[in-house]
Amino acid sequence: MTTPAPAETLDLAARFPGAVSADTRPGYTGWIVTPEKLLEFAQFVRDELGYDYLVNLCAVDYLPENRMEVVYNVFKTTGGPGLTFKTWAPRTDPIEIPSVISIWPGADFQEREAWDLYGVKFIGHPDLRRILMWEGFEGHPMRKDWQEAFYDEDVKPFKRRWPDGKHVYAEKRAVYGDNINFKPGFDPEKWTPTDPEEALYKSLKKYKSETTDGIETDHIIVNMGPQHPSTHGVFRAVVVLDGETVVSLKPVMGYLHRNHEKIGERNTWLQNMPYTDRLDYFNSMTNNWGYALAVEKLMGIPVAERAEYIRVIMAELSRIQNHLILIGMLLNDLGAYFTPALYAFEERELILDVFEAVSGSRMMCNYFRFGGVVRDIDEDSLRKIKDLVFDRLPRKIEEFDRLLTENEIIVSRLKGVAPLTAEEAIAYSMAGPMLRASGVPYDIRRADPYGIYDRFDFDVAVRYNGDMYDRYLIRVDEMHQSIRILQQAVKSIPEGPIASQKPSYTTKVPPGESYGRVEGPKGELGFYLVSTGKPNPWRYHVRTPSFVNLTALEKMCIGTKIADFVAILGAVDIVLGELDR
Amino acid sequence: MMTGKGILKGLGVTLKRFIDTYLDDLRWWGKRYYTPEGIAHRSSKDAKGVFTIQYPEEKLPVPEEFRYKPFLLYDEGPNGEQNIRCTSCGICAKACPPQCIWIVRGTDPQTGRPVPQPAGFWIDADICMSCGFCAEYCPFDAIKMDHNYEVASYTRNLMDINDLLKPVSYYASIRPLNYAREEEARKAKEAAKAAKSQA
Amino acid sequence: MKDEDLRDLNLPNYEIPPELTGQLAITTLDRIYNFGRRSSLWPMMFGLACCAIEMICAQAGRYDMARFGMEVMRPSPRQSDVMIVAGTVTKKMVPAIIRLYNQMPEPKYVVAMGACASGGGPFKEGYNVVAGIDKFLPVDVYIPGCPPTPQALIHGMILLQQKIDRQSIKHVRWYDGKKEDAVAVPVPYLGPDLIDPRRIPEIKAKAAELAAQEQQIAPQQA
Ligand code: SF4
Ligand code: SF4
Ligand code: SF4
Repeated sequence: MTTPAPAETLDLAARFPGAVSADTRPGYTGWIVTPEKLLEFAQFVRDELGYDYLVNLCAVDYLPENRMEVVYNVFKTTGGPGLTFKTWAPRTDPIEIPSVISIWPGADFQEREAWDLYGVKFIGHPDLRRILMWEGFEGHPMRKDWQEAFYDEDVKPFKRRWPDGKHVYAEKRAVYGDNINFKPGFDPEKWTPTDPEEALYKSLKKYKSETTDGIETDHIIVNMGPQHPSTHGVFRAVVVLDGETVVSLKPVMGYLHRNHEKIGERNTWLQNMPYTDRLDYFNSMTNNWGYALAVEKLMGIPVAERAEYIRVIMAELSRIQNHLILIGMLLNDLGAYFTPALYAFEERELILDVFEAVSGSRMMCNYFRFGGVVRDIDEDSLRKIKDLVFDRLPRKIEEFDRLLTENEIIVSRLKGVAPLTAEEAIAYSMAGPMLRASGVPYDIRRADPYGIYDRFDFDVAVRYNGDMYDRYLIRVDEMHQSIRILQQAVKSIPEGPIASQKPSYTTKVPPGESYGRVEGPKGELGFYLVSTGKPNPWRYHVRTPSFVNLTALEKMCIGTKIADFVAILGAVDIVLGELDR
Repeated sequence: MMTGKGILKGLGVTLKRFIDTYLDDLRWWGKRYYTPEGIAHRSSKDAKGVFTIQYPEEKLPVPEEFRYKPFLLYDEGPNGEQNIRCTSCGICAKACPPQCIWIVRGTDPQTGRPVPQPAGFWIDADICMSCGFCAEYCPFDAIKMDHNYEVASYTRNLMDINDLLKPVSYYASIRPLNYAREEEARKAKEAAKAAKSQA
Repeated sequence: MKDEDLRDLNLPNYEIPPELTGQLAITTLDRIYNFGRRSSLWPMMFGLACCAIEMICAQAGRYDMARFGMEVMRPSPRQSDVMIVAGTVTKKMVPAIIRLYNQMPEPKYVVAMGACASGGGPFKEGYNVVAGIDKFLPVDVYIPGCPPTPQALIHGMILLQQKIDRQSIKHVRWYDGKKEDAVAVPVPYLGPDLIDPRRIPEIKAKAAELAAQEQQIAPQQA
């Protein structure tokens, strides 16, 4: 492997004179590209420099500078640090930026999100519709000058709470007496409803009836969800079927869009911690870590040694229970109703007992603090963890293996179904087990190590067929590797303090940007943060694996049977809290 | 490989688990349910068979750090008066992520100057995310997270100061270790103060 | 039928001869009706957010709601008795929820599980969040908590059973016939924002008032 010169030393500004300049704002890194040269630059970065993996794309609204920036974080699938570049346009509508979808197809949903929430028009995007809000919603809510109906103040803490905090319901203050807002003079009776779904159905492939064997056949459109037992929450997919075969498919999301980022930009740095619990609510420990990592990067503070071990232990336990539930639910989707799922929930309960004892809550752990964790693991919990990782879990994972792996029905339902090649997986920015099942051994714990993962001996699980069966097997492999890490971690955990900072509800964060990424059980979880030195983040963006991994859903499903779609979705492992945020 | 071997293997697993249920019930005859040891055993690494906690007849014990909703502490005076610990400093209200704590700072009716007592204290339990920040950052150990989760009701839950107040003895009973630690720290502080004033 | 169940069913003032206990109960139609409903509350298989996971846990092995006759999670509203609103209700989702509720056959109950469903929860201030399902549906039991633990959920369901026990056929809202939205609730729709059909006059008046205010200000500025 020839390693090209690291991007930091490359003078890209000289390569693109007049179009590219280094980002010299204090605390920022990377390059600023003019929109005109963006595509050429992106092509160069991908093909010449080898940054083939677009991980994060998000917009930032610099209201005082009248600038709308779009940020790209790209990495190499061979590992190593990434490259950040930005482009920008003035904040007056229409804000137009070329779409990079032709270079990194994985930009699809992320660009749609930036359009929806910021109103950035991506020229060349084939299907630029709103993605989280509905078509017809007024305004682009993430813009800094857009205010919600229950608006109180720009940033927390709100002055209305203390010292003269007589309780009033937010409804009492809102103009319309509820969490709704309309333009002055709006008349709901005269308003003609535009069908919010129209654009969606238009975007599906036009179907035509055909005649086979003298029988006229027609494609049908099926709406699965938002209330459907097999969509793992309030996810919806519109499927065009030819008989039982999927011809075309569009995921529709936003049914759990809870405005995580808008609220996150009002919150103080610390207040975001418990909110991250509610992203991927199966793995609050990992979410906490991702956020803590990004903030620690900005602050430039170390993490206490013992806390590093505790973090690894919690994250890996979390991974195991996530994969167990995934396998259980996948079997549900395949029709093996509930036996494997019930077995999985049993083991999960035991892991949750540990989480509850150390953090105080089963699911919403809120356990990490900047520089460490909130409290130490007590002896009793450590003993419980040892019992689990040396005895119970290996036994039970093996039992799952016996129960399922060779089962002929499972094999025939999964083998060869919905394959994704390595090139496709990279192009669609797939992350985590989905990427590794396609033969790309990319694991952030190894490729771009964080915490103390470089001290542990473990293998990056990888499978090469990229089909459903490999997606199942890779989860089993990963659980084995997690057990390996856990066994080393609980043996070598040192004594000592659990935080490098004094506990405080205020946090001083110097200005700048940072992108913190962890290998979550579902894939790469990234936090892009911009600080202006104030007690609240200026930009708080979450790159979630569930959201980006769905970009390839259509590709995987076309040509399969509708019953397989349910399983394919199950194997992507989405969780609505982080899909819709 | 024989077709069907995988299925048989899998069925073997379920069969074993089925039999285990009875074996474990026999081994623990009469003690497996409704006893603390039985509950502990069913939550241990050796748990086999019926895993169910027979709520509400038996309850899964909650760990000391368990947090549900916050409550305010008062010290019981010798004549049964309630000495509220909260000084209405407002730190919890500032730290609270969804901003569901509302405090009216108390003022002296004569002088109009602030006094260290809240005149009003509300927590909107229908917003509170049980994060525990209020308890974590209160400098006076005046607000703590409750263990009581049986709080369902037929109406919405806005808790005012009367709903929130609970005696310190209750706190000591649900969080003995924390309580002991805090008492120790307070005594040490007082001792240091006394030593200083003597010197 | 188990002995205890029969004992529950019997009215308190009627003695049953010892030789007939476990075989006979003297009761009223109300009691039988309530007993039938409270003993097999089938929840709808319907999860919105984080709270739904705790609801599944309550259904799974450790807490096992089957002990209360609630094990049958129905994916179809037509077969369910109680809607556990488990999670954050968003504006985009609320029309679907109301439609599901309208499709449930009565008697039907709504349980608001968790802070979000009860009153908006931590995400209340969000622009896409409905601050509590009780803005649209009649909620029978509120369970605070974020998320309520499975035991807290079961406690809430027991509370619902107690509420059912106290009901009378004559007064339940769906046989009353007088209340307009006793059985079906008008479905809100998505315009520039969420529009509740019941509030249209109010919205119109307020918007007109705002427009008038703007008119007054505009000439002054000009
Ligand atoms: S509870 Fe504690 S933090 Fe909150 S106002 Fe009272 S003393 Fe201050
Ligand atoms: S637990 Fe968290 S959300 Fe609830 S009142 Fe305390 S600080 Fe606020
Ligand atoms: S109440 Fe809490 S746990 Fe439940 S849905 Fe809302 S945020 Fe999630």
